[in-house]
Order: sequence, then C-alpha cells, then structure tokens
Amino acid sequence: MQDLLYFFQQLINGLTIGSTYALIAIGYTMVYGIIGMINFAHGEIYMIGAYTALIAITGLATLGIAWLPLILIVALLCAVIVSSSMGWAVERVAYRPVRGRHRLIPLISAIGMSIFLQNYVHLAQGSRNIGFPALMEGSFRFGSAEGFQLSLSYMQITIFITTLVCMTILSLFISRSRIGRACRAVSQDLGMANLLGIDTNRIISATFVIGAALAAVAGLLLGMYYGSVDPLFGFIAGLKAFTAAVLGGIGSIPGAMLGGLILGVAESMTSGYLSGEYKDVVSFSLLILILLFKPTGLLGKPEVEKI
Amino acid sequence: MATPNFKHALFCAIVTLIIAYPILGLNLVAQGTKVGLEGATTSTVISVVLAAFVVFFFQLFRDSIMGNLGKLPKLNPLSGREPMPQAKRAKLESWVLTAIVVFALFWPFLVSRGSVDLATLVLIYVMLALGLNVVVGLAGLLDLGYVAFYAVGAYTFALLSQYFGFSFWAALPIGACLAALFGLVLGFPVLRLRGDYLAIVTLGFGEIIRILLNNWTAVTGGPNGIGGIPEPTLFGMEFGRRVKEEGNTSFHETFGIAYSGEHKVIFLYLIALVLAVITALVIRRLMRMPVGRAWEALREDEIAARSLGLSRTAVKLSAFTIGAFFAGFAGTVFASKQGFISPESFVFLESAIILAIVVLGGMGSQIGVILAAIAVTILPELAREFADYRMLIFGAAMVLMMVWRPQGLMPMRRIHIELKRQE
Amino acid sequence: MLEVSNLSMRFGGLLAVDQVSLDVQEREIVSIIGPNGAGKTTVFNCISGFYKPTGGKILFEGREIQGTPDYKISRLGMVRTFQHVRLFNQMTVVENLLVAQHRHLNTNLLAGLIKTPNYREREQKSLDRATYWLDRVGLLDLANREAGNLAYGQQRRLEIARCMVTEPKLLMLDEPAAGLNPAETKDLNQLIVSLKSDYNVSVLLIEHDMSLVMDISDRITVINQGRPLASGTPAEVRQNDDVIKAYLGEA
Repeated sequence: MQDLLYFFQQLINGLTIGSTYALIAIGYTMVYGIIGMINFAHGEIYMIGAYTALIAITGLATLGIAWLPLILIVALLCAVIVSSSMGWAVERVAYRPVRGRHRLIPLISAIGMSIFLQNYVHLAQGSRNIGFPALMEGSFRFGSAEGFQLSLSYMQITIFITTLVCMTILSLFISRSRIGRACRAVSQDLGMANLLGIDTNRIISATFVIGAALAAVAGLLLGMYYGSVDPLFGFIAGLKAFTAAVLGGIGSIPGAMLGGLILGVAESMTSGYLSGEYKDVVSFSLLILILLFKPTGLLGKPEVEKI
Repeated sequence: MATPNFKHALFCAIVTLIIAYPILGLNLVAQGTKVGLEGATTSTVISVVLAAFVVFFFQLFRDSIMGNLGKLPKLNPLSGREPMPQAKRAKLESWVLTAIVVFALFWPFLVSRGSVDLATLVLIYVMLALGLNVVVGLAGLLDLGYVAFYAVGAYTFALLSQYFGFSFWAALPIGACLAALFGLVLGFPVLRLRGDYLAIVTLGFGEIIRILLNNWTAVTGGPNGIGGIPEPTLFGMEFGRRVKEEGNTSFHETFGIAYSGEHKVIFLYLIALVLAVITALVIRRLMRMPVGRAWEALREDEIAARSLGLSRTAVKLSAFTIGAFFAGFAGTVFASKQGFISPESFVFLESAIILAIVVLGGMGSQIGVILAAIAVTILPELAREFADYRMLIFGAAMVLMMVWRPQGLMPMRRIHIELKRQE
Repeated sequence: MLEVSNLSMRFGGLLAVDQVSLDVQEREIVSIIGPNGAGKTTVFNCISGFYKPTGGKILFEGREIQGTPDYKISRLGMVRTFQHVRLFNQMTVVENLLVAQHRHLNTNLLAGLIKTPNYREREQKSLDRATYWLDRVGLLDLANREAGNLAYGQQRRLEIARCMVTEPKLLMLDEPAAGLNPAETKDLNQLIVSLKSDYNVSVLLIEHDMSLVMDISDRITVINQGRPLASGTPAEVRQNDDVIKAYLGEA
C-alpha cells in the first residue's frame, strides 16, 4: 500500500511537470512542422515568460492587490503578451532573413539568439535566482497520518487544468479557425500554400506567437511550481521540451502532448527511485535513443529521402 | 508615405517597447525573503524609448534605407576587385601565418606574466577552434557537445597524474587519443542522423558527460574537481622553485639562473604555441588530402558522394574523430595550465564560445579562426565592462553573421587542387 | 551480369514498383522506358542501393545485392548518374573526378601527412586518369573551373566522366539527354556507344528521347505504372501493341 502510494505520488509529480513540458514542446513542434527548423531560443522565450509573470506578480503586490484570481490572470496576460512579442520579434530578426538557407544556418542563428536572450535577462535582472512568492499553498492529502501520504497540491491541480484548457483551445483553433487551417496547409507544403494565396509569412509569424504564448503559460506555471527563476531557467527546460517534441514525433501536436507527459513521468520516476541527479541523464539518453532508433517519434510521419 | 508602412512601423515600435520595458525597466530585487520591484535608472528608460523610436523610423523608411545600403558596398574600393588567384592567396596565407608564429615566438619575452598566461589561453582556444572547424566548417557537422572531448583530454591528464603519477608528456598523447576514441565511439551511432538532429544529440552527449563528471564523486571529485595537476617538464627539468619529483632537476639550477615564476609561464606558452602550430599544419595538410576532399564532397552533396562509393559514416567519423583528437590535445594543455579542473569549465557555454570563434573566424582561412580566437578571448580582458556584455555580443554576432555573411562559415575555401597543363 | 527479378518497392500504401524484372549482359546497352511516374527512377534507386526494395532479387555478377548499402554497390562496379545533375558545385572540375577515385587513393592519414612515395604515386595516377577522362569528354580546358559554373550540357558530361573514373562495369544513366540540344544529344549518343565498344562497359539507361533509345539500345524494357509492360529489341518493342496503347493512350 505504502509502495503503491509512493508510486502514485511520482506519477502525479511526473504528469505535472510533463504537462508543462508539453506546453513548451508545442512551440518546437509547430515551428518544426512548418519551416523545419529547431527554434533553439524557444526555451529562452519561456524563461522570459516566467520573469514577466514574476514582475507582474510583484508589481501587483506592491500596489496592494491580493485577490489571487486577479493576480494570476494579470500575470498570465503580461507573460503571454511579452513572450509572444518576443517570439514574433525573434522570428523577424533572426530567422526570417535566413529562411530557406542551408539547414545549419538557421540553427546557428537560433543558438546565437538563445545566448543573446539569456544574457539580455542576465544583464537586466542579475544572475541570481529570484524567488516566486508562494501564492497557492495547501494540498489534498491521502493515506494514513503515520505512513507515506500522497499529496496533490492545489498548484498541481491548477497546472493540470490550465494545460488542459490551453490544449483544448489550441486544438479548436487549429481545426476550426481560418489561421489554423492555413497553418495546416503551410505545414503540408509551404510553396504550394504560397501559390494558393496564403500569406505564408503571416502564418509563420502566427506559429511563433502561438508557441511563445503557450511557453509563457508554462513559464508562469513552472515558475510558481518550482518557486524561483533564473536566466538559465529556460535552457534545460527547453532541451527537455525539445526531447518531448521529438519523442512524440516532431511536427505532430498530439505527439508533443504525449511526449511531454511520458518524459515528465520518466523523469520523476528516475528521481523517485534512483536519484534526482540522474534525471537529466535519463532524458538526454531517451532523446538520443529515440533519434537513433525511431527518429520519427511515436506519432510522427516517416520521411522518405528524395533523390 | 504609405499607410501600411506606417502601421507596420508603429507595430514594430510597440513590440520593441513590450519586449524591452518590462525586462529592462522593472528590476526584481530581493528584499530579505521577499522580492520587490524597482524602476530602472532614467537613462535605461530613455534608451528603451529611444530604441523604440529608432525601430519606428527604421521601419518607416525601411525601403529607402535598404536601397541606400545596397548602394554602399560600391563605395568600397575592394568590392569590385577580382578574387585573388588561389596560388597567390595560398602563398600570402602561409606568409601571414609564418609571420604570426614568428611574432608569437618572441612576444612572451617582452610582456608581463599575466599577458603570457592569457596568450596561452588564446592558444588553447585556437587549437579548439581549429579542431572544431574540421567538424563544422569542413565536414559540415554541427557539434554542440565539442567541449566533452576537451573535458576528456583534461580529465585524462588529471586522473592519470593523480592516480598513476603520469607526467604531462606521457599524458598528452593518451589524452588526445582517448578523446579521439570517445569521438569514434560516440560518433559511430549518431553520425547517420540529419544535421540538426546531430547537433541536438551531440549537445545531449556533452551534457551527459558533464553530469557524470559532476556526480561520479569517488573518481572525479565531483563538483570539487581535481587539483595538483603537474606542469610540463623540459627533459626532466622542473620549473618550480623546488623539485617535486624524485630524479628531476630544476630548470633554474641547471642553467644557473635565478628562479623566476615567469619561466614556467613562458614554457607552458611555448608548448601551447608548438601544439597549436602542429594542429594548424596537420589540418592544412588534411584539407588537401583525399579525406579533406571527401569531407567537402559529403558536405556539398551527400547523395552524390555515396553514389561514388564514399561511406557516409566513415567520412563523417574521420572528421569527428580528428576534431575530438585536437580537443583532447587542448584539454591536456588546459589542465596543465590551470593545475585544477572541475566540471564547471566544461559547460555548454564553452561549446558555444568555441562555435562562435569558428563562426566569426570562418572567413575561409585558418587566419580567420586564429584572429577570432584572439578577439574572443582578449577583448573581455582588455575592457572589464565589456566582459559583462561578452556573451550578449557573441550571441548577437552569431545571428548577424548568419544573416549577413553565412558564407563565412559554410563554404570554407579550401585550396583547390589544380591541374597543371602539360603542353 | 545484372539480373533483377520480381523487384517490388512499396512506400506506405503506394506500390511504386511491382514485380519488375530485367537483365543486362556484358557489353550491352539496355534501356528502361515508360511514361512519367512509371517507377523507372525507383528501380534505379533500388538497384543502386539508395532504397531497400520490399520484394524481389537483384543479382550482380551472381551475388545477391538487394539491400546492400549504396556506397558498397558503387564499389562493386555499378555507378549511376542522377536525373537532376548532382555535382560538387563548389569543387573544381578535376576535384570532382578526384573525389570519385577515393577508393583508388591511398587514404591512410599518416601516409598523406608525410607524403609517402606510394601516396604521391597514387595521387598522380588519379590525376592522370582524371586528365584522360576530361579530355575524352572535352572538358580539359575547364579543369580548374568550379563545377557549378559549367553550362548544363558540360555538367552532364562531367557527371558521366565522374562515373567513368571509378572504372565501373555497369554504368547507370538516369535521363542523360534531358535538357540537351540536338547536337549535344548526338555527341552523347556517340559517347555512350563508345563507352560500350572501347571500354567494355555495360549501360543501363533511363531515357525519354526515343530516337536516342531506339538508336543505341540493344534491348528495351518498358514499365508502366510500376509494372513491366514489355521487353525486347527496339524493333520488337516498337511493334508491341501494349506499348503503343500505353503511349498513345497517355498522349
């Protein structure tokens, strides 16, 4: 019974982290699906989202506003607006001019952008990690008082619900809206979509904005969950989310969701049963193994080499 | 003026404000256990507003500005000139390289100890960048975990000296070969991956090796690292004040000169110089050999290369292994120079710096890489204020290079083999 | 020397090649013809090892080679050109030919670094061979140009020369006359025939130019929608009802 509870605890923790990975992974997967590049700076967009949210929360606290729903909504809006603008600007400045060149050129440009953004925040806000105020405390507890207690915190519930809402909105948006349909058309065949009169530049910008917005949501959630942010916050999370996207099959949105959850669970199981130190090793190894043996991921489509 | 242009300019200016003001203008500060918010200095706020205005006017008059910029290169007297014939270019390049080396030989005797120490670091980066240039510039494989091989070289020497008392000279070839072996073993499974996937996988490998070094405390000392790494000796002569190893003599006593800490620094510098020159020469030769041609062929058209009997794995693996070999070289020198190493020195950022050197310097010649290594290492030391902005500027420079001069990186100008006409 | 039997290639739900058989004897020119999208290039890709066929057998000099990696197949003596010319554009013309002779060269790293006599000798030999073939296809004057700067017809010829320096037994040409003018096509015709008569090379050819095909082929295999339609001498194929129907029906 004790063991079972412990297992479920790891599962819950894993799904919590995993669902935020999924949110970030969607940004990678959508961009890759449309223009075939790895947006290396995506993790930094997420980090900037977390910083903005913290700035908004602190600002509201300074103004004396303490009503939690209002704080959360304002922080969320601020983070989404700033990150989306950043996503848009990054695409315009660093990716659009190099689009269509040799595959490595956009990637190096993206690495440069990632280093730039990391240091931009580092210089403006300092390198130390800064604590998020504890806004949401308390949890549901299950199990006997003496032994191991399974806890499901309010924060975790918030993360699940928010992720679920975001995913639902995204799915509806992609399948129903005009921009969503255009997105799908562009990811099938960019040149053809262009010929059919779809403004592909606009669609690509939209992809970056949507991905950045979801990353900002993840930034707020994970910032609150972990309780602090620092300028390097985005780098590892970005890699993890990229792993999730590859795991699910890069280019596939349901794949990103699935990949995020699997990766989150794999990590928390490693922390829970082996050692927290090795959880990064496990996810990187997972990434390498997938790329080697099933580069199309779980839900991706195979690519045929054109000769 | 056209309305869409105006709207777009306004939009861009607003975006600039949004992405700049909250991060730059509102600073989070820790106040005890709580966090407070402070407005930034007036000058920061003014700069942000100014930046927004600049963006606005640039976007507004974008077409005419870009038009004028397009005309600018014509003012450059060199732009219309024919490229130098390659025989002449090759000759000029070897002259410049020789001049640099000769200058570098005498230079340490004229300057301070700190400068020589820094110059040794520059040489280490030169070796690293030349090695990475083989992988990225010649073979077209983006390796983001290059620092792992550097770490293998450094840790090999550190561990061999700590546990078995190996000297620098014994450890140097072992470190380089072990790094090459790592390159071979890690490269073998991953090199069939497509370019961008390969980049991410190598990044993953780099991180895994660093995490392992950090956590395998029993052997590597974990985050505390390994200290007491010996300096190189000259034919059994040590450069310390006192001889540490039985059977060795000390340099200053043998030659009957007064002890000076500078000898050691200069000696290490000269070793690094020799190794860097060897690296450069070997790679120059490789470029003209069949293997160099195979790298370029595979980079240009993999399918055609395969159809002609070139094994993709073998060719890529050779580049990867050779690159790793020189990283191992550099790592051994680094360990000896520092006397102490820890996983801190082998983070992803280090890979990024080496990549930045290759990108900035990859104008087609080894001279470019050497100059970039000097610039990247020395500029932050010259101006302390610059040090803070170093990585910010590197990042921006990498983006700008890709946007404006990607040919600086991709088609590394090899010296072509020419067919001489026998009349 | 080459025997393909019941070759099939399936991509997902699409059966691109279905039960195709053909064979090439020593010193023979065999052509594969058929409408666009018939699966001719896919057959080529299977034979040259770029695709692993999903069914059937490929025998080269009595050895089964289906599924052998591409680079090994070319080392066996079967080299191909591509429908869209694939040269190493930033390398010079002569370097393109040197790369192709990779396996004839001394690729020992140490030998190259210290320039052993054996290394020099082999390097010189391959330069000589490259010179010979450049002369043969009329590109000697352009030897030190970048391959990407050549005219289209010259690029086609360079691609054939690049195959020939590997000293193949079977040369596979994928639409070598595409984009050539009538004079160039005539030269190509002579070149291919002389490869067979002077250098004992067999040729497997995909081509749309019927006059070229009918002129030089010893035998022809017709493929339509991935399936074999007919095969025989040019005269037989010309009179085959199915072939006429397939071509006229399409027109």
